[in-house]
This record gives sequence, C-alpha cells and structure tokens, in this order.
Amino acid sequence: MESGNNVLEVKNLSVSFKMYDKGLEQIDLKVISSLNISVKENELLAIAGSSGSGKSLLADAILGILPDNASVSGDMLYYNTPLTKERQEKLRGREIALVPQSVDFLDPLMQTGKQVIGVRGSAEKQKQVFRRYGLKEEVEKMYPFQLSGGMARRVLVSTALIGDAKLIVADEPTPGLSKTMAKEAMGHFRSLADEGRAVILITHDIDLAFEYADAVAVFYAGTTVETASAEDFRKGPDALRHPYSKALWAALPQNGFQPIPGTQPYAGSLPKGCLFAPRCSKKTKECTDQEVIPMRTLRGGEVCCIHAD
Amino acid sequence: MLIEAKNIVFSYTKKNVILDNVSLGIDTGERAALVGPSGCGKSTLSQILAGYLTPQKGTVLFEGKPLPRKGYCPVQLIYQHPEKAINPRWKLGRTLTEAWDPDEGFLEEMGIEKEWLSRYPAELSGGEMQRFCIARALGPGTRFVIADEMSTMLDVITQAQIWNLMLRIIEKRKLGLLMVTHNPDLAKRVCSRVIDFEKFVK
Repeated sequence: MESGNNVLEVKNLSVSFKMYDKGLEQIDLKVISSLNISVKENELLAIAGSSGSGKSLLADAILGILPDNASVSGDMLYYNTPLTKERQEKLRGREIALVPQSVDFLDPLMQTGKQVIGVRGSAEKQKQVFRRYGLKEEVEKMYPFQLSGGMARRVLVSTALIGDAKLIVADEPTPGLSKTMAKEAMGHFRSLADEGRAVILITHDIDLAFEYADAVAVFYAGTTVETASAEDFRKGPDALRHPYSKALWAALPQNGFQPIPGTQPYAGSLPKGCLFAPRCSKKTKECTDQEVIPMRTLRGGEVCCIHAD
Repeated sequence: MLIEAKNIVFSYTKKNVILDNVSLGIDTGERAALVGPSGCGKSTLSQILAGYLTPQKGTVLFEGKPLPRKGYCPVQLIYQHPEKAINPRWKLGRTLTEAWDPDEGFLEEMGIEKEWLSRYPAELSGGEMQRFCIARALGPGTRFVIADEMSTMLDVITQAQIWNLMLRIIEKRKLGLLMVTHNPDLAKRVCSRVIDFEKFVK
C-alpha cells in the first residue's frame, strides 16, 4: 500500500509531571524524553515497548488530555501544521479518535449503545458498527458490568469508529480478545488504514502487530529506541537493530520465552547516557559517557544505540 | 483431584445461563490452560472455583472438601485488570501485606521496587500493579492459583519474567495452576494440559 501525506509527526517530545517531593518542594518528573514518531495516511504504525514506557502518555499528549500538572515540550505536527491546544480540542473526537486502554473508560451508569453514539453519532451508525464487531443487538441495552472483557473492548473500539476520524490512536485494543477476534480487530485497523486513515496502534500483542502493521516503533523508558519496518520484526532478531527490540522478540512464547533480567529504570532515576545500558549485554564505557545517545539511520530504520550494526 | 467443579450451573440473569452443568477437575501437579472466545464464561468459572461466586447448582471441592468459608482460601485468583483488584486509596505497601508478609528476597524476585510500596496505584503502570496482585496471592497458605489473563497487560519481557518466576514457585511449592488465556503459544509454554472451553462444555 502506498503511503500518502504525513498525518502526524512527533519530534523530540518531552512530557514531565510536576510533583510534590518533600513538603512544598516541587520536582519535575520527566516521563517522556526525545521521543520521535511519524505516521502517514494509509499507514498502520505499531508502538511496542515495556509497560510504563510512556506509550499511553504519548496517546494522551496527542489528544491533549494529559492532566494539568503535565508539561509538554517538542513539536507535534498534524498535517504539517502545529497541533496546538486549541486545535487538539477542536479535532479530538472528530478527526482524531482515541480507543482508550482501560475498560474503566466506559461510563458504568450508561447503556453501551448510548455511550457509543455519544454526542455526534447516530443509532443507525452504532448498529452498523456493532454488527461489524459481532456485538449482538441486545448488547446496546447492556451496562458495562454486564459485558465480558472482550465485549467491553469491542464496545471501546466501536466508540472510535462512530465518527469520521483521520487519525486513530488505539491504546491496547486487543487484550482480552481471543486470538481469532484479536486478528479480526487487527484486520479492522488494517482496513481503517487502507481506507486512507492513519492508525497508531499501541500494543503488547507484538506478534500480532508485526503481521498487520507497516512500521513499528519500540519504546523504552519514555523514548524511542528503534523504528523499523514491520517486515524486519517478522524476519527476527538479525534484521532488528536495538538490543531491546531483539530482547522483545526473544521473550515471545513462540520464540524462546527467554526474558532478559532487570526492569526498566524509573522515570525519577534514569541513568546517564543509554537508558537501556544497565540491562544490556553489549554495554561499554561509551554508552554511559555521553549525555544522550542520538538516533541514527541504520539499514533503512532508525536506532538509538552506538553498537548496533 | 486437587480441585473439582461438579455440575456447575450459573447465570447472572434468568434469561442467560452462562454455565450449564459444567464439570472440571484439575489434579495435583497439573498446570491447565482454559481457552475459549470472549464472553463464554471463563472468568465466571474462575471466580466460582476461587469461591468469589456461588453457583446456583453444583459444588466446588478442594481436596474433596468444600472451600473454607473463613480464613485464608487455598485457592487464589489473580485478575485480568489489576487496577480493579487493588484499592485505589491504599498505598501499595498496604495492599501487598493484606494477606501475608512477603520478605525482601521475594519482592526482589517479583521485580517489585521498594519505592513502589509508598505509592498509590495510579502512580504505577498496569504491569507494575499486576506484580503486586501476584505477590499478594502467593502467600504460604496458597495451594492453587488461578490466573485469569494475568499477563495480557504486560509487555512480553515482563510476561516471560513473571511466568518463569511463577513456574519456579509452582514447581517448588507444588502448587496447582489454572490459567485463562487467549494466547495459544503462551498456553503451550506454561501448561501441561489445554482445555478448550467450548468443546468441553458441550
């Protein structure tokens, strides 16, 4: 599929939270730093990475729904024009749609059909979307507590499809779905992209994402460590660039189930230089000497590692 | 049989019977995976097996006896959504020690950082919270663990870490396991038996 215009470009994005430390002392906790992604029309970009690496925060930053104590710096361009707060408010729910991560986003006191219709949908469109996702007619009269995990997910996906979005940000739309249904959901996102939209898919089901996505961005500790074509991920570790991407691949149940030890560093105590260095087997002195490891182009992708070859 | 469900009938509303005469047994030393489409009643059955729901008909037996009505339940359930299984107003240290006092070595093994104990659930990621739910469920009185899609919210490295750790503990303490999952590859890795819920119920 040939890609079209740039829909969203995120350059050098940082997000930090103002938090109280001791007493009235405030500190800035940087949770996202030097993050870069871009997505075009007809493109499905998958974002993979560890839990707590800032994937959901990126989604909130794109929609402009971060809490008040968050500050954002860097550039976000929507159709090559800066995505200001005013534009975000105008576009979200219309041109930019979010499929939220937690099933908690559903209103527990409202029937699902009405929720999906929201303020701009119609009952007709809602029925059509429910049919597309295999939700029976009686589901529209049900309250969220009456739904199974998988049904709730499908209701969430439906909420984003009711409008006429050009950019869809889906935050973990597949957990709780059976393999067949997850594949179907992926297929839906694929066809949403093929119909001309840009789709950002934040996911832990990376093996599925590799099958359907065009490109993959790998996040670690709040930054992009690699962007590559999905093809490279299908090929396996030798085609990948960053040691963390390789580790993700090797930890899949079908590929060895071998985890690397350790955990991602906490936002308040990030190491100097490469953020992955404490867990990396290729670590050398140079990795921690520089303040920041820059992204560089390598074999058609981009990587944030000085030893990648 | 370590745990046995006999002729379970359960429905949330009169119209819709979710479990109609379901029987299931899991032996000591067995690790079973329950797979099936969403909405078919896997989580409901898990909650019945752990004693959270009472079936309209049928019995649950643990080592031939009904589950204890008081005290520590030997069957522990780990939920799919950690944010719903943790009190949002409690600091995590309190949640962790709700049922037992894990020592430092255990916390390190679970990958729980000491700093997290003084935080509220909203300040942790889903994967981090889930470690607390797992640690909380693995008290010394636990004999059987039901993991209802406990790793779907985790990245694959954390998933592999946690399952490798769970398998070590299960092996060492000779616990039984029932996992609910949608991932056939994960089921094959972790379990000795895969139960297809739909085929099995009919």
